[in-house]
Formats: sequence, structure tokens, C-alpha cells
Amino acid sequence: MRFLPYLLAGLAFGFVMIKSEAASWYRIMEMFHFQSFHMFGIMASAIATGLAGVTLLKRYERPRTLEGEAIVIPRKEPGRYNFLFGGVIFGLGWGVIGLCPGPIFSLVGMGSIGALAALAGALHGTWLYGCVKSRLPH
Amino acid sequence: MFDWLHAPWPWYVSGPLIGLMVPLMLWIGNRSFGISSNLRHMCAIAQPKAIGVEFFRYNWREHNWSLVFALGAVLGGFLAGVVFANPHPVALSVEALTMFSYWDVPIGAGFLPPVLFDLTWMSVFVMFLGGVLVGFGTRYAGGCTSGHAITGLSTLQPQSLLAVLGIFAGGLFSAHFITPHLFSLFW
Repeated sequence: MRFLPYLLAGLAFGFVMIKSEAASWYRIMEMFHFQSFHMFGIMASAIATGLAGVTLLKRYERPRTLEGEAIVIPRKEPGRYNFLFGGVIFGLGWGVIGLCPGPIFSLVGMGSIGALAALAGALHGTWLYGCVKSRLPH
Repeated sequence: MFDWLHAPWPWYVSGPLIGLMVPLMLWIGNRSFGISSNLRHMCAIAQPKAIGVEFFRYNWREHNWSLVFALGAVLGGFLAGVVFANPHPVALSVEALTMFSYWDVPIGAGFLPPVLFDLTWMSVFVMFLGGVLVGFGTRYAGGCTSGHAITGLSTLQPQSLLAVLGIFAGGLFSAHFITPHLFSLFW
């Protein structure tokens, strides 16, 4: 029961990934060639809504989670090069396969062979990072 | 009556819904909305005790909620893409359609170009290799589009801005200089 909200949130997320066409390879190529406003509209309105939502949440006198804990916004770990270099490497892959991790999961649910191959690759890439982490600039 | 469930949703509907995930996950249990960390948890689950890479040695059970979220995303994909499938091709811009015809990419009725997403040696090879970059890069950067571009930017974290700039730079490069030449390999 404790996990039900996460399952429903994930379900909504996966559903929107498909319905927004953010999981479409065509849409991602169209975005990287600035040929449509669609993906930029999604990103901009998502960030604006997230920002507004978090601001409203903080407005409550004592914001509480579903389980009654005080809400604390998790901070990203400190670092510099890892964000930039990691971003570039991820972007290089994204610009070819047209899928970021969210769509990979939702397309696996659609039974896409290509997404399954991408998931297998992403797991290997993650493993590889874990093995060489200490030798990389962070 | 259920037409809207089959049709694709415009950006001003789907964008805000994605953005709502940030306060929603905070409200559910102080979680940072993001999906790519599940790749790490899956490696941690699969890691044989004898190998023991430090990065994957932690109690992944504490992140069960995240794996459940990913399972939900898979089910959501099945619902949206199979049960409530859109029967029409993606409504791309004229510029994009012209570009794809230059690239030799057929535009089918589906959601994804079949040459890249069907079961052939070449497509599995390309998707796997691209996936390696996605997996390596997202863990190096500590997040993907959801964790950095959506959550990070909407909670005003400078590290995420750096990551987003990197992601976009990398994507611009490969989408302009690698992907256009990819399809000649298939024919």
C-alpha cells in the first residue's frame, strides 16, 4: 500500500511520455533541428509548472508529505565537470537514439525492440560508469 | 467520447502534467522526481557479491519506491501506446518531414522509425550503443531530462543548468553531424 502512490505517479508519467510524443524519435530530432515549438513548449511549461508547484508547496506554514514528514527539497550533490561532461555524453546518445531514460521505460511497455536494446545499453553504460567513476573528473 | 485518450496531447497539456510530477513526488514522500537512477538500482540488484563495484554497493531496497515508479512508467507506456494507441502518424512540421526524406528515414504510421526500432542487427547495435552513452552520461551527470531539466531547473539548482547545457550541446552535435548520416548504413 505504501508504494501505491509511486505506482500511480509512475503510471501517469509513463502515460504522458507517450501522449506528449516526447517518446517519439521523430519529435526529438525535430527539436534538435528547431523545426517545431512542440518539445520546447513541453519543457518550458513543465519547468514553469514545477516552479509554481514547489513555490506553492513552500507557502504552507508547515508543508507535510503524505506520511506527515516535513517537506525538504532534495539538493543536487556538489560538483562541476561531472554535470557538464555527463550531460554532453548523455546528449550525444540522445541525439542518435532519440530517447531519454523516461521514454525508454514507457516504450519498453509498448513492446518496442529498439527501446529494449537501448535499455540494455543504458544498463551497461551505467555499469561502466560505476567501474571508472574514481578516474573521472567530478 | 474517449477520443482524447487516443489522440496525442498538445504541449500545453502534457508539459504542465510533467511539471506537476515535481511537487507531487515531494508531497508523496520527499522524493526528487527523476527516473535514470533506476538504472543504477538495477545494476545494484544484479551485481554479484563477488565482484563488488563500490558504486553499486548500497542498500537498493531503500529505493524500492523508485523502482515501483519505473514499473508504473512501463505500465503507463503500455496503456498509452497500446491500449489507447494513436492510429495516426506523429503530426510533424513540414520542415521535419522534408529533413527526414533527405535522411532516407521512412515515415510510417507509427511512433518510431521502424528501421531503427525493429529487430535487425544494425538497429539493435545502434540502439544499444546509443543506450550506453545515455546510461553512462546520465549517471556521470547524476540525472537525465527529468532529474535535471525538470526537477533541477524548477527547484533552481545551478548544477542542473550546467547539466542541461551539456545535454543540449551533445544532442545538437549528434543530431546534426551523426544521425543524418546514420541511415545510409541501413540500406
